[in-house]
Amino acid sequence: MIGPQTMARKILARKAGRSSVATGEFILVDVDVALANDITAPVAIDEFRKAGGERVNRPEAVVLVADHFAPNKDIQSAEQVQKIRNFAREQGISRYFDVGRMGIEHVLLPEAGLVNPGDLVVGADSHTCTHGALGAFACGVGSTDIAGVFMTGKAWLRVPETIRVRLEGSLQGEVSGKDLILHLISRLGVDGANYQALEFTGPGVEALSMEGRLTVSNMAVESGAKTGLFPVDARTLDFLEPLAIDSEPLAGDDGAGYAREWMIDLDRLTAQVAYPHLPSNCRDVDAAERDRIPVDQVVIGSCTNGRIEDLRAAARILRGRRVHPSLRCIIIPGSQAVSLQAIREGLTEIFIEAGCAVSTPTCGPCLGGFMGILAAGERCLATTNRNFIGRMGHPKSEVYLASPATAAATALAGTICGPNHI
Amino acid sequence: MLIKGPVFRFGDHVNTDEIIAARYLNRSDMKELADFLMEDIRPGFGRRPDLPGAVLAAGWNFGCGSSREHAPQVIRSAGIAAVVARSFARIFLRNAVNIGLPVIQLPDCDGIGEGDRLEIDVESGRLINVTQEREYSCAPYPGFMREIMRYGGWLAYARSLQSGQGN
Repeated sequence: MIGPQTMARKILARKAGRSSVATGEFILVDVDVALANDITAPVAIDEFRKAGGERVNRPEAVVLVADHFAPNKDIQSAEQVQKIRNFAREQGISRYFDVGRMGIEHVLLPEAGLVNPGDLVVGADSHTCTHGALGAFACGVGSTDIAGVFMTGKAWLRVPETIRVRLEGSLQGEVSGKDLILHLISRLGVDGANYQALEFTGPGVEALSMEGRLTVSNMAVESGAKTGLFPVDARTLDFLEPLAIDSEPLAGDDGAGYAREWMIDLDRLTAQVAYPHLPSNCRDVDAAERDRIPVDQVVIGSCTNGRIEDLRAAARILRGRRVHPSLRCIIIPGSQAVSLQAIREGLTEIFIEAGCAVSTPTCGPCLGGFMGILAAGERCLATTNRNFIGRMGHPKSEVYLASPATAAATALAGTICGPNHI
Repeated sequence: MLIKGPVFRFGDHVNTDEIIAARYLNRSDMKELADFLMEDIRPGFGRRPDLPGAVLAAGWNFGCGSSREHAPQVIRSAGIAAVVARSFARIFLRNAVNIGLPVIQLPDCDGIGEGDRLEIDVESGRLINVTQEREYSCAPYPGFMREIMRYGGWLAYARSLQSGQGN
């Protein structure tokens, strides 16, 4: 008799080839998707070779994406991308995504149908937890872990405790998944869920769009969490149907021994802004407005908020208006598909007419790579995921985090501004 | 493994962008990157001549943020012998263990100060602050992680498990 189980335990037991696994236990799991990018894959390749690796065990399980510094920003990044491109060719890794076909990895994989519910996904990128939105056990790991998957097809994991977050009601107006996860991080703290899984449940889940869920799961790691799991429900199945992915509902069980249970009332949630230098440092957007914070740059994009729904939210606010003359607004669609969709819907035209720069997909400025680096003393409001010291450029620059709607409103106002005040 | 060295003291929530900023990661030679260890919060730190054999001590949630394994690799390349912290972020902890860098979780490490001399017995979890004449006992690694450390890293252990030599 196994009894009620968390979603994490259900998936991990299956991937360990067992009927059940216990919380806290260390297990070896079969990996369905092993993901690495142009920063972390070169290190994985080096470690694989140093350990005497020659042939990748299951090339079909490997996904390599050149997204962080691509299109190559300089000679050194060109050499790193060349290294993973050559490795993919040599090893017969067909899921290598280069410029023109790539997207930001966590935008690309779900839309390309590379992640199935119930999958075990490890990625040498901390935001791999994004794929928990599809009901996959997906967690960030390191390059050596990916080298280990190259060698054996497996990874080691500790079965995590789970914090269950019950969502009631539904998001109102321009309040989005980003505001929800910022609010949760500010309540949990940046290490409040360290080593644990988050599992979302309750009637509010149903009303949350797939894009919204991906945003929420994406930033689970900013509370220290290993993954952020959504149940596989009718909305997940609808999202997967055009991708020819067949799946079954999956959810955690009531009474499964959750470490903690929280409740968030979506009806009452307001737009949030995270001040420097921690994502947990949140204030209500009305309070941020009262602080009259001038902004030099707005960035709308990233693995957190580079999906079509995010661009639609920004376009609703920017349509027919001009960005404030004192700032630059950079919009980065998360993938080629998102880019094309934005053009087809006329969003790109709205952005350019408003005075925004529209980029090809890349992680770019989010991690201080390129395409919008800040000088000393400059301030950016971004839809990205981290506002650490020096994250987007000079150590004396500042990043504020918010939703696409708040970012678009700020771009018009010139100071931090909520979507309801435009 | 017995480690003896002086402490460089850091605060809470030291993230991997601070340990090694992403703007340097267009290359992956860890020796070269070691020059920029902690550059944004302590400029010039990675170029100090006295890092080999030293110990980093920090507060809560050391290594939070990005999964970049460059963080523990650069700490090791700089010659740092171990990291002691009140707690470690999950991915940093697994990356450090995976490459065989000793990381010691010590809930009571607030008293450890800059320049204190430490002696750490990694296997037994015994830590002595020689300067302050204080002794601490840290929780030992869970068995699985101890095995990874015993093999010097995950890939060596994974290989032994695969060939059926592991226990």
